[in-house]
Amino acid sequence: MSDRLVVRIEVNGTPREGLVEPRRTLADFLRDDLDLTGTHVACENGFCGNCNVLVDGETVRACLMFAVQADGREVTTVEGLAEPDGTLGRLQQAFHDNHGLQCGFCTPAMLLTAHEYLEEHPDGGTDEQIRDAISGVICRCTGYQHIVDSIRAAAGGGA
Amino acid sequence: MSIAEQDPNAAKVARETAGTDKPRRWLGKSLNRVEDPRFLRGQGRYLDDIKLPGMLHAAVVGSPHAHAKIVSIDTSKAEALPGVVRVVTGKDVAERAAPLPSFGAGPIVQDMIAIEKVRHYGETVAAVIAEDRYIAEDACELIEVVYEQLPVVLDPVAAREDGSALVHDALGTNTAYDRTFTFGEVDKAFEEADRSVTADLYWPRSTGMPMDTNGAIGDYDPGSGVVTIHANSMNFTYFLWLIAGSLKIPASKLRLVPVPAGGSFGSKFFMHKVPTFAGFLSMLVGKPVKYVEDRRTHITNNDHCGSDRRYEASLAFDDDGEFKALRISCVDDYGAYLQFGTGTHGNALSQIVGPYRIQHVEYSLAAVLTNKNQQGAYRGFGAEVSNWILERLVDMAARDLDLDRVEIRRRNLIPAGSFPYRTPTGNIYDSGNYQGVLAKVLEEVDYDFWVDYREKARAEGRHVGIGIVASQERSVFSSTEFWFWFDDPQFTPTSSPESASVRIDPTGEIIVTLHSQSMWGNSPETVVSQVVAEEFDVDPASVVVNYADSQNALPGTGPGGSRYTVMVSGAVAGASSELKDKIRRIASDKLEVAEADLEFRDGGVGVVGVPDRHLTLADIALTAYMFRLDLPPDMPSGLAAQSTYDHPLTTLPNADRSDLGIFYPFVGHAWHIAVVEVDAETGSFEFLRYAAVHDAGTIVNPRTLDGQVIGGTVQGLGTAMFEEILYDELGRVRNASFEHYHLPSSMDVPTMTVGHQETPSPYTAYGIKGAGEGGRMLTPAIMSAAIEDALSPYGVTVTSLPISAEQIVEWASAGDD
Repeated sequence: MSDRLVVRIEVNGTPREGLVEPRRTLADFLRDDLDLTGTHVACENGFCGNCNVLVDGETVRACLMFAVQADGREVTTVEGLAEPDGTLGRLQQAFHDNHGLQCGFCTPAMLLTAHEYLEEHPDGGTDEQIRDAISGVICRCTGYQHIVDSIRAAAGGGA
Repeated sequence: MSIAEQDPNAAKVARETAGTDKPRRWLGKSLNRVEDPRFLRGQGRYLDDIKLPGMLHAAVVGSPHAHAKIVSIDTSKAEALPGVVRVVTGKDVAERAAPLPSFGAGPIVQDMIAIEKVRHYGETVAAVIAEDRYIAEDACELIEVVYEQLPVVLDPVAAREDGSALVHDALGTNTAYDRTFTFGEVDKAFEEADRSVTADLYWPRSTGMPMDTNGAIGDYDPGSGVVTIHANSMNFTYFLWLIAGSLKIPASKLRLVPVPAGGSFGSKFFMHKVPTFAGFLSMLVGKPVKYVEDRRTHITNNDHCGSDRRYEASLAFDDDGEFKALRISCVDDYGAYLQFGTGTHGNALSQIVGPYRIQHVEYSLAAVLTNKNQQGAYRGFGAEVSNWILERLVDMAARDLDLDRVEIRRRNLIPAGSFPYRTPTGNIYDSGNYQGVLAKVLEEVDYDFWVDYREKARAEGRHVGIGIVASQERSVFSSTEFWFWFDDPQFTPTSSPESASVRIDPTGEIIVTLHSQSMWGNSPETVVSQVVAEEFDVDPASVVVNYADSQNALPGTGPGGSRYTVMVSGAVAGASSELKDKIRRIASDKLEVAEADLEFRDGGVGVVGVPDRHLTLADIALTAYMFRLDLPPDMPSGLAAQSTYDHPLTTLPNADRSDLGIFYPFVGHAWHIAVVEVDAETGSFEFLRYAAVHDAGTIVNPRTLDGQVIGGTVQGLGTAMFEEILYDELGRVRNASFEHYHLPSSMDVPTMTVGHQETPSPYTAYGIKGAGEGGRMLTPAIMSAAIEDALSPYGVTVTSLPISAEQIVEWASAGDD
């Protein structure tokens, strides 16, 4: 057993602390140590993007980052997107209104990836730009079309 | 055929829910899904999100060889690792468990951990139970297995020859099944026809590949002896007792708890290995044990790969383009086990003639065992393959006749007045208007414009191609398709029911309990909410839907074969009808009017034409639960009903199997048109236009149906262009990760238009037909047609999938020579 290290991460605006092995992934730290199970792991190799979270505002594969690498940084997970009373955020509502999810497994990563995209493209940009932005997150259910519609709608464009 | 031959209960439901003059209030609306909010907040509670107190974690060692004897296993180093609770091998399985359930014939035995030999790469040879998954995987590295390699069987054709190594010695052959079915006078029809086309075609092994892999938590309670298994599998009330048999416990001591699945596409349709395994591990250590496949294990050792078929197929037709007969011979590479028997070919036989008036069909199947992971279910369940075969032959016939590809299809479509239509295999098509769907797709896409565009582009040296294909979409299987293959089957079930309980609580809230594990990316809760809303005129968002565990469940079969929406709607309609009768009686007393003058409106019951004479469901429910003396004397307290809805229309096969009976009768229909431009230099392609029109009977929710059509289309695109599980010459999987197994990304797929026509089924509740698989039934055929058309200057004929970029470049460069 390796020596454990202390990590302190601000997760969804709240300081969190844990004692972890150096090899513990950020995904496992969030899911198993902090019980934030909205971050989903689907390939563990960094190819599918289903575990994407925001670290200091940028999307990161939580399966490829060690928890210790996130020490001192700010992490946003899907649990940070809704209002404290559970009301869906604007992007979540747009996914709801446009059928942007089926099984829901990739949805947290899609939402966070779209969130990052919309920060950079508040007007929504083009469909091509949206498709490019989410191309690193694999969805097996939707064929992506309603996800693109959802992101465009969240930016204020028509569905 | 008359509706009177239907299942009587289902016939009553069909009658009561048939379209009337009164417009539907909630069915047919694109309402937001009631499932969504919890998933949008990251609170979906998938299998791996669940933690039980004291729970341990398992990891597995997969075989590095495709075919080998297990000589010895040394577990001592693994057992010595701190945190390891127990190492498990085939010896434990041999001593304490029975083989896994199988629907195949003959001595083809599968165990949850290989006992004497491994039969495919990745097959489980040992497992470690530890305090966490990291330790369990560390310990797996420390297990030393000595193998004696055996000759590897990979080519299903060579596997049939004398002298081939055997995958299952006890079977004495690698050909698990071999039979020819003849429907009509096939030889005569081929002789008399003016022409025929014949092709060798190959459909590659791929798999549903959900993002959420298969997982289960076993939780054995030594006190009660009950084994609770939380699993993201399906069909648990239908096949539960089979898993209990593998664990050697009474079915009454097994309790399965349904957990939502992050996608299935067939891969979790009766997923037998993982839940049984987790239950077994938990029984060994007396504590909860979680096992979730990692991606590598899912690719190499999942329960259900898709079809892997080599065909020789012929279509006979006359000079005027009229199709006469179809002859199909298939060698299907089933891999190392035969879990589902040959049911995937039963699927094919339900719609083997497609939407065409073909009267004579011959179908030969050799099901062959090889050293690969086993085949099972994948969206389409084999019918998507047969549709590709048929549409390929039709395109070849059009080319042979120099006839337009739309025109040759139009000339052969079954006429709208011919339903119910009996196909040569005995299965019927319940209803349809195929000409209407074709007209609609041609309205959507200006076909002549794109033909003109293609010609102009071609003149500029660009490679633009058009594909246009049709498909049937059979829905709602009868269990006869699992056994009609055999002359003397050992077990001949005819049931595939679905149940629902509808309860109105004392506050007037409606609670529906479903008796299958049904949430895997479809919309069971939304469907049920819309049906309940339709029946009671309540807000669908107010309906509470939950799932029974197996010990509290009524008969259910679960999703699969596009059956769930049809079947659960029937069950909910049946239970609602009973409840409404009771509510009407109570309301009639309270309002002092005849029952006939009452209607369900605005979340309650009111007198027709008198807006202020109205009782809420809460008024009535409180009376039903708390005021026994106000109820009619023969009426018990409470407001709950349950209904088990059987397959509405199924018949037995005949003795010689020249008629397979009715086994998949609710049949939708679709047309897709794609226009692609291929880059012959790089082999890449882009969509210039993609349109689909589907007819799935009465639509419950147009937008979620669109989602199924688009998602299925894109999954079929993966099959057509990208996906194949690759085995090397030693039978090792070469692409067991997403690095080398390419799934369609948002950059690979079309933006498509989806149109609908509604031709209700006369036999089902509300006239609904299933529609979860249709998209994938068309894309392989349409991509084959469109790429072939784009590359027609090179004389290309697509006969195998996937159509890789390398293949396209090769065709183009060969043509340039």
